[in-house]
Amino acid sequence: MVSTIQTTLEKEFKNADFLLDIQKIRNILKAASGARIRTWLSICSRCGLCAESCFVYLSNDCDPKLSPAYKFKYTLGQMYRRKGKVDRTFLEKCYEIAWLQCTMCKRCSMYCPFGIDIATMIAILRNICHSQGIRPKSLAEFSENCRKAGNHMGIPVEELIDTCDWMAEETEEEFRGVEIPVDKPNATYMYTINPREPVYYPQDISNAAVIFAAAQESWTIPSFGWDCTNLPMFTGDQKLAGQQVRNVYEKAKELGIEKVLITECGHAYRSLAFEGPYLAGYAGGKPPVEIVHYVKLIYEYLKEGRIQIDPQKKIKEPVTYQDPCNVSRNGGLWEEARKIIPYIAEDFRDMAPNRDRNHCCGGGGGVMPMGPDYKPARMASGRIKAEQIKATGAKIVIAPCHNCFDQINDLSEEYDLGVKALSLKEVIVESMVIPDHISKY
Amino acid sequence: MYELLIGPAFWITFSIFLGGLIVRITFLYRLSRKKDQVFYNHVSFSWGLKSILHWLVPWGSASMRKQPVFTFVVFVFHLSLLAVPLFLNAHNMLWDEAFGLSSWSIPDVIADALTVITLASAVFLFIRRIVRHEVRILTSAWDYTLLFLTVAPFLSGFLAYHQLGPYESMMILHIIFGEILLIIIPFSKLGHMILFFFTRAFIGFEMGGRRGARSW
Repeated sequence: MVSTIQTTLEKEFKNADFLLDIQKIRNILKAASGARIRTWLSICSRCGLCAESCFVYLSNDCDPKLSPAYKFKYTLGQMYRRKGKVDRTFLEKCYEIAWLQCTMCKRCSMYCPFGIDIATMIAILRNICHSQGIRPKSLAEFSENCRKAGNHMGIPVEELIDTCDWMAEETEEEFRGVEIPVDKPNATYMYTINPREPVYYPQDISNAAVIFAAAQESWTIPSFGWDCTNLPMFTGDQKLAGQQVRNVYEKAKELGIEKVLITECGHAYRSLAFEGPYLAGYAGGKPPVEIVHYVKLIYEYLKEGRIQIDPQKKIKEPVTYQDPCNVSRNGGLWEEARKIIPYIAEDFRDMAPNRDRNHCCGGGGGVMPMGPDYKPARMASGRIKAEQIKATGAKIVIAPCHNCFDQINDLSEEYDLGVKALSLKEVIVESMVIPDHISKY
Repeated sequence: MYELLIGPAFWITFSIFLGGLIVRITFLYRLSRKKDQVFYNHVSFSWGLKSILHWLVPWGSASMRKQPVFTFVVFVFHLSLLAVPLFLNAHNMLWDEAFGLSSWSIPDVIADALTVITLASAVFLFIRRIVRHEVRILTSAWDYTLLFLTVAPFLSGFLAYHQLGPYESMMILHIIFGEILLIIIPFSKLGHMILFFFTRAFIGFEMGGRRGARSW
């Protein structure tokens, strides 16, 4: 398996447009060199406590080179020491660490006595690698799509509108009056989605529409700024990452929207609600419009009774919940998720550790969209998650994040777990009481 | 020599120690105002405090509970590291001479025991650095040097107090090691004696203040 990764890396580096522009590296190092970075790099006491917090380290037989402290000390730390004078071999090593050995899940900063935020340093490392033309080719292509079309799949406006119309029609078989309004001004929610949905899971959009209709929500999908994901952020292209969030913020303001709703995607929430204001250079660190994640929306609908669950249709099989790093630890929504579960499932078995201390599934940080060549690495580092799931005995894993969703299905196959990942939307649509105003019968 | 070391040399050392810390903090503060707005944007007093306190109490964090023995040793190490120099009777007399003020003293027997504990903890930390592969790989010669320099004043002080070896040279060595340590603190990872509170506060704001997540 190691050789597979090596071949992939060789292929990747052969095709990379290497720059090795030391001045550029120095500029980024200088710009990043604030009080936090300086303090972190100088006070790390090399105690090693971070190692056991890292799922990559744990999943790969505790290889000491996979401990978080090693990963920043021998990359960004070295760059500062050498004042940016690095060579190609060094950058190739950095590439492997930045994209294959860290998903920026931020778990280690909770286990570090000094709270050193290693994920932030890895983000800077990616930024530096990107500036030298060394970044995952597929992520670079997705970013290019963002630059051209505002979404990472490069879907033209007409196609999105067509998909919305088609999905609205699809609902007519079972429901009535379900609409997918595009660019409706002054709606409560502007619903932003992951471009994977129109391409691979269009039903996700119709499911969302059905739930909105059942709850009698005022909502809209924007014709631009609808991509809530931020693959440029994972690529290390900070400028483009800023543009990506600005697209959403500005469209929301233009439409006079109250809140921006994010589909079941983890990093989109982290990007728009937390990193976005910094990426886009907004003062104050807060997004210009309220950002709501789908988990919170569903929790509110259930709590307020706007969506009712048919007790007969509750899931009978054992269920567990995957805390996506960017929804739970980095999004603060773990309790909401746990309050949703009793409505929809009878036999809930939590993973250990869970909530804000969950382990990353191994599909985060951009490694999932890096493509099938990197699957072996993804499967190896997902071992801990596979063991966690297995220990619960669950048959269904609810995963409100596309990366977690796909990763868990892959892990199930790889480790023979016999589990199925489900999104919240499909569970809700399957088990809710169809209210009269959308019922066909 | 002795007079020089506890006289002018001590004053120089103390100025470098205190001045160094003040300069470092001031520099970092001014830099943070320019480049670390994220620190100020999300200030949350309660999360900052919780983030600090959970790591000041033994086994107060999940991370510490994972390595309970290490945690215990680190705590007694830090505790005696602070207590002995500050509250040793002989030091208090020097404090009194220098500043005209002194704190309460701990009995010599206890100070002696604490010194032994410090030395034993240091041996533990040294062995841990070598034995645990995830720690060994991070450790450079400088880390071993700093560990030695941290306990050297204790070792020499202990030997001098018990008159093991030539008393006078040992005493002079003790003072020199003490002064070297004080000078190094502001300019090395040992600066964590102050910076700990800032980095912990930050992660408290970042994880707790913004997300409600624990950073312990």
